[in-house]
Amino acid sequence: MRGRFWRALARSPKATAGAILLAAFIVLAIFPGLFARDDPSAEKYVRNLGPSAAHLFGTTGLGQDVFAQAVYGTRQVLEIAFVAGLASTLIAALIGVAAAYLSGFWDGVLNLFTDVVLVIPLFPLLIVIAAYVHNSGTGVLIAVLTFTGWSYTARQLRSQALSLRSRDFLAAARVRGERAAYIIVVEMLPTMSSLLVAAFLVNALYDVLFASSLQFIGLGDPNSVSWGTMLYWAQNNEALQTGYYLQAIVPGAAIALLGASFALLNYAFDEIGNPALRPVVSGRARARRRRLLGRLAL
Amino acid sequence: MRYVLRRAGFFLLTLWVAVTLNFFLPRMMPGNPAVAMMAKFRGKVTSPEALQSLETIFGVNSGQSLPAQYAHYLGDVFTGNFGTSLFFFPSPVSQVVNAAVFWTLGLVGVTTILAFALGTGIGILAAWRRGGLTDSIAPPLLVITSAIPYFWVGMMFILIFGLKLQWLPWSGGMSLTDTPAWTPSYIGDVFEHALLPALALLITTIGTWTLTMRNNMVTTLAEDYVRMARAKGLRPHRVMLNYAARNAILPNLTGFAMSLGFVVGGAILIEYVFNYPGVGYMLLQAVQNEDYPLMQALFLLITVAVLVAILLADIATAIFDPRTRNSR
Repeated sequence: MRGRFWRALARSPKATAGAILLAAFIVLAIFPGLFARDDPSAEKYVRNLGPSAAHLFGTTGLGQDVFAQAVYGTRQVLEIAFVAGLASTLIAALIGVAAAYLSGFWDGVLNLFTDVVLVIPLFPLLIVIAAYVHNSGTGVLIAVLTFTGWSYTARQLRSQALSLRSRDFLAAARVRGERAAYIIVVEMLPTMSSLLVAAFLVNALYDVLFASSLQFIGLGDPNSVSWGTMLYWAQNNEALQTGYYLQAIVPGAAIALLGASFALLNYAFDEIGNPALRPVVSGRARARRRRLLGRLAL
Repeated sequence: MRYVLRRAGFFLLTLWVAVTLNFFLPRMMPGNPAVAMMAKFRGKVTSPEALQSLETIFGVNSGQSLPAQYAHYLGDVFTGNFGTSLFFFPSPVSQVVNAAVFWTLGLVGVTTILAFALGTGIGILAAWRRGGLTDSIAPPLLVITSAIPYFWVGMMFILIFGLKLQWLPWSGGMSLTDTPAWTPSYIGDVFEHALLPALALLITTIGTWTLTMRNNMVTTLAEDYVRMARAKGLRPHRVMLNYAARNAILPNLTGFAMSLGFVVGGAILIEYVFNYPGVGYMLLQAVQNEDYPLMQALFLLITVAVLVAILLADIATAIFDPRTRNSR
């Protein structure tokens, strides 16, 4: 059963494309020095250079190498995506599954809490919090994104867990006298692994977009090396109006590619988890199969 | 009725949470930004009104206890008294907000409705011709466009259509030389200024509608009543629209109602990139200029818009879907 799931995933072109992209970004994040020779923060080159062999994407308004910044910036955005994405998925899993398992009063309380967090507009809230904090570094961004971003997943996981509640293996665990915490973590969560991965991918995608957006409007740390901060400086130096397009194009394209890798993987997970959505076999392939079957019948 | 009352209770609870967040956030933050802000503004702000509206928000030096400050704040919020804007001094906050709402409703409201209509239409077609041309191009493409930061799409549009080709204006809601009037030239000018931001928004928001509609539609097409309709020999487009799409769209309608609520605060970064004088642009202006009275009022306005939309969607569901009326 599980083997079939992973095999289906490996065969999906969407999943393959997403996985290759993500793997490339992870390599960049771990070994940035292999790809970029320049120090990303060193302001030592001629300002606003165009692309050349020495500076593949040119230099910034402060004389930094754009290519080195893009390569070194991968690490921070991946850190945020993975840590905040994992943490908010974990919180969501605990709250959602606990609500479904405990039922009654606690379900009511946890569900109400989830609903309230769900409807408060997320991005404006992030802006307001970041405005009070001033120059949020990686840690602050992760904390804020984690504690605001779990509600949608929690609701999804709750409804999935509700359908598990009457299953025999949970009844067996209860009869064995296991505690609620044990049943939730050891018995229920592992059965939802594919849903948890899909939820993590969505959360990671939103964390990338939200963190970059906050940095873009100047609510991050303006001295950090990250794609959102690169966009902030490009906007501040009016890179588009003055003709230094690459300063704005490169970091934005990087965010879009990373986001696309998470989105493609998530879409593939959805297709496999819900067989009704799998791509249908094309007409020609079906005709070929029918001919083959017809010949066999003869 | 019971259902509607319960939803109304939820509305009030969430409203209270939002107001309370507004009150406690500046007080909870590490290093207490409230105190730092007050010290900073003491030198800058000279008028007594501005100082007073800061004191109401941060409660510093008001000599009141925390619960008393809170009660005072609640009273102010529910009488619509948000104090004086610091940046747009001496306009009261409510006046600044009113002007901004007009622009946002026009730009984001129209775009949201268009995105929903177009996205749903493409989704219906993609699911109906499973594996056809639309279905093999649109969904994967839209998965990718939904992952692109929309403000960056806006920036690229500015670069291509505004700066390079010079087809359309890309800054502000209207030309600086124009005076607001119901003349064709003014309306045309406002329309021109709205085109690029609207297109950027449309491209990045259409994907979600298409994908959810397509997936709902695929599930609905497998239902027996659709097969029955086909077996009866009904014309294909009738089966597609009246039988399948009509049922598949129901879950999307609630989402649409909610997104109408998100209109007010929904395109903050598009407005920022295009200098469009709407609610989102104002919010960022308020943040950058540390105009906290304006920032709090805008955050509350954005939240209330979402809450009202959800409440209306709930009431509509109760009217159209008998199942919600019977269940408790």
